[in-house]
Amino acid sequence: MDLEVAKAFAAAAAIGLGSIGPGLAIGMLAAKAMESIGRNPESASKIQVPMLLAIAFAEAIAIYALVVALIIKFV
Amino acid sequence: MNEISLVAEHLFSIGGFNVTNSILTTAVISVVIIVLAFVVHRKMTSSKKISKTQSGLELFIEGSFSVMDSVTNDDKLSRRFFALVMTLFIVILLSNWSGLIPGFGPIGIYEQKQVSEEVATTTEATQQDQSVVEPAEQEHAHEVFIPIFRGPSSDLNTTFALAIISLISFQVFGIAALGIFKYAGKFLNFKSPVGFFVGILEIISEIAKMISLSFRLFGNIFAGEVLLLVMAFLVPLIAPLPFFGLEIFVGLIQAFIFAMLTLVFLRIASMKPH
Repeated sequence: MDLEVAKAFAAAAAIGLGSIGPGLAIGMLAAKAMESIGRNPESASKIQVPMLLAIAFAEAIAIYALVVALIIKFV
Repeated sequence: MNEISLVAEHLFSIGGFNVTNSILTTAVISVVIIVLAFVVHRKMTSSKKISKTQSGLELFIEGSFSVMDSVTNDDKLSRRFFALVMTLFIVILLSNWSGLIPGFGPIGIYEQKQVSEEVATTTEATQQDQSVVEPAEQEHAHEVFIPIFRGPSSDLNTTFALAIISLISFQVFGIAALGIFKYAGKFLNFKSPVGFFVGILEIISEIAKMISLSFRLFGNIFAGEVLLLVMAFLVPLIAPLPFFGLEIFVGLIQAFIFAMLTLVFLRIASMKPH
């Protein structure tokens, strides 16, 4: 197949497969946070900031995959 | 769509220094921040009647102090780190949002770029004799559109520079808090073989922090720009609207996260080793 076709497939696969893991991770993080807020509503403000930080770490992995896909497509 | 470019486009050169469009935008944003700071400072007063802007800003600063306190659990540390973390937050917030200002894509110049293309031709099968053509290099005067302004955090150079600033500040604040021997002892730990290995891992994790900080910010903002371009290309006036809202939110969150992560790592750097 052509280089262009292979590049298109590679970019799509990079971001498609690369966002499975972070998606699951963010879902699990948020689920646990919601559950603990449900158990103890007063702790909501104490949980928010660490949860946001952890979600940012997990999302960064998806962003690495996105950057790889963009580099494949545009460089 | 040839407006999407991973690399910031070069506008002009001063001496040997190439000025790209994101450097120009960074300069404009810096001037805006400095002018705002001077104006607010002039109008600041400690009398009983203060203006709404001043009380709003005081609310903002006290709110951010309390958020920082919730992370560091120590008032003195918060005061020490406040200047750096707040500056990072304000600069990154304005950089992220500046890519959304109308006119940041369309206002630009046309430049003639000499692109030498290899005209690759296939050699036909040997049955047809007329066909052997060698690849020839032709120079096309190719006109390219270069936007004058570009959001600084959509350029990897800017985010990498911010991450390097954070990295250096971790070391400086760590040495200031612990003294150089104790701080170096975290990384070069000769007490036991396991400790030595952990020290090496700490060095690697410092570099990983720098890479992850820069790529997180760059990826989010650049992907947002590409998304807005593609949406505008598909359905011109209607489709980008919700995505502009998303980009405003993402810009705020990414600035907050960069500042928060810097704060967390600063606190870890000034903690005593266990």
